[in-house]
Amino acid sequence: MSGIPHDHYEPTTNAEKWVHRRLPIVGLIYDTIMIPTPKNLNWMWIWGIVLFFCLVLQIVTGIVLVMHYTPHADMAFASVEHIMRNVNGGYMLRYLHQNGAMLFFAAVYIHIFRGLYYGSYKSPREITWIIGMLIYLLMMATAFMGYVLPWGQMSFWGATVITGLFGAIPGIGEALQTWLLGGPAVGNATLTRFFSLHYLLPFVILGLSILHVWAFHTTGNNNPTGVDVRRSSKEEAAKDTLPFWPYFVIKDLFALVLILAGFWALVGFMPGYLGHADNYIEANPLVTPSHIVPEWYFLPFYAILRAFTSDVWVVIAVNWLSFGIIDASFFGVLAMFAAIFVMALVPWLDTSSVRSGRYRPMFKWWFWLLVVDFFVLMWAGAMPAEGIYTDIALIGTAYWFAYFLVILPILGVIEKPLPQPETIEADFKASLKKKSGGSGPSPEQIPAE
Amino acid sequence: MFKKLAASALMAATLAATPAFSAGGLGEITDYSFSFEGPFGVYDRNQLQRGLQVYTEVCASCHGLEYVAFRTLSDRNGPELPEDQMRAYAEMFEIWDPELRDWRTASGPDHFPESQFEGAPDLSLMAKARIGFEGPYGLGLNQLFRGLGGAEYIASFLTGYTDEEDFQAGALFYYNKAYDGWVSMSPVLFDDMLDYADGTPATEEQMAKDVAAFLMWTAEPKLVERKRAGFVGVIFLSVLAALLYLTNKQLWAPIKRAAKED
Repeated sequence: MSGIPHDHYEPTTNAEKWVHRRLPIVGLIYDTIMIPTPKNLNWMWIWGIVLFFCLVLQIVTGIVLVMHYTPHADMAFASVEHIMRNVNGGYMLRYLHQNGAMLFFAAVYIHIFRGLYYGSYKSPREITWIIGMLIYLLMMATAFMGYVLPWGQMSFWGATVITGLFGAIPGIGEALQTWLLGGPAVGNATLTRFFSLHYLLPFVILGLSILHVWAFHTTGNNNPTGVDVRRSSKEEAAKDTLPFWPYFVIKDLFALVLILAGFWALVGFMPGYLGHADNYIEANPLVTPSHIVPEWYFLPFYAILRAFTSDVWVVIAVNWLSFGIIDASFFGVLAMFAAIFVMALVPWLDTSSVRSGRYRPMFKWWFWLLVVDFFVLMWAGAMPAEGIYTDIALIGTAYWFAYFLVILPILGVIEKPLPQPETIEADFKASLKKKSGGSGPSPEQIPAE
Repeated sequence: MFKKLAASALMAATLAATPAFSAGGLGEITDYSFSFEGPFGVYDRNQLQRGLQVYTEVCASCHGLEYVAFRTLSDRNGPELPEDQMRAYAEMFEIWDPELRDWRTASGPDHFPESQFEGAPDLSLMAKARIGFEGPYGLGLNQLFRGLGGAEYIASFLTGYTDEEDFQAGALFYYNKAYDGWVSMSPVLFDDMLDYADGTPATEEQMAKDVAAFLMWTAEPKLVERKRAGFVGVIFLSVLAALLYLTNKQLWAPIKRAAKED
């Protein structure tokens, strides 16, 4: 499938030939799992399989949970308790599903930052990147709607706050919010439609994931050097690559099982650790929690949403220029979506001709600052929106946008990249020599010959 | 890191969300030790039975346990009442049967009644709806060993009254140290107010701890099974990870050898 020359499936027996002429599915599977993969992939390339596992875990546990759950405002909370108390293994199913969402997001964030560091978004992998961003958006929608289903206090008020974002859109906002909720406020109609969509969207994610894999199987994997696999002949390609099966499947499985051991400990010993205690109180429209916080994986973008208060000069300026149409709350909504949108545009914002951050001495600093910024925003998002916290959130937000819109375009022009290794094979050898204490040159220092 | 701060911020939210309370912040929580803490902690059957007695004789006059079925009082890793005692216990309650459209005597499969007063929250999940500790210090491992502190919160709350009273808006409020504010629930536990069936001295603190343990069980009845599943799973996955590590090492060895020799 990929442009990298390699051996394809050849049917040998008559039966295989019979099938292959009619439906070449065995060939498709063979080519997919035998795809030539760069030898030098490091441990940051294991998150794809973790994500695939998470998707399967969420779908499987979710399907079983649905068998016992009642999507009705009067019964949802009690039915979740029924799952926790009466369904065989129900407490594990529910805790796995709940914490599985968190593993899913932890993995997707590492996966995204991996892509940002090693320039996996750059030509020719822009479509892989864009599809990835769509998957991430759908994951957020799915997780948000799933969080509403247990119908606890945080479910209810989280839904009220988040759908209120759409209400902030000038003109059509209120009508749009009513349409989304199925009524003037969060109620049974909201619960049932969120339930329906929460069941549907994971399968859309599955479909997009297949496209995501198809796209990078067409271009070939990126790798830590960002240097392309040699494609002039099968022999040369074979020096840079190994088939996905068994070399990377076993490597990825090892990493997956190691991560699952930690995950299982979390589920078994402290499943409520990352959740909100408030959600064990049934939804009550008459009692508003004083501090509504989304789950941790939404916090960085929640901080961006709340950063723009009406006293920020940008907001004042935009408000004046738009004749008052864009107020602070709508500005926050725009900023939150824009924060993800600029990330989706990064293939065109990054002007550097060098793919991997490994060979970009200035980029590295700014990248790691972005990672720190992400955590700062996450922390600020958990704090009440007042005092010093909004200032910190505003600075964090400013850096987020500056990184994508200012720093990346300029860096590509002013930065002097380090020499890159000639081939993936050379990098692979150099890294082995470095590890075994040999005096071979480190991959960063291999001069271009 | 953020979680530690998030939890403390949440604490305020959790408390303020409760209608029975007036405004207040995070108060003094005593870190009582319970048998069910830690990765291998299990419920103490005798303590749960004592807690059931405190619930029945004190809490039940206002608070319900609507998600708990009487039959589960006989479950393993719970209070483990003998079947006949459990049935006799259930028969003390009259419940509304929507099919008969009448009250009838409860039996094993029925649930505890709901709260008697609107202001008195249901207690089934209270131990999970309250976080007693200000936050997961360090790596959060203290939660692994001490739990989220819901039971500690309940015990501290019940022993947290200071005899200060305040008459506000036509109702009497009581100061509570654990809540660090005024609450509408009056102090309910007093030394020797009941006789424990097992002869344990019924001090205020003893009763508070016992009923807190019982409410932890009502909130998380499968805690012991869950920890066991966690333990077995971690062992199994660790062994599998070790085997995969060796497989991976062997699989890549010739590739790496060839690359080094080249």
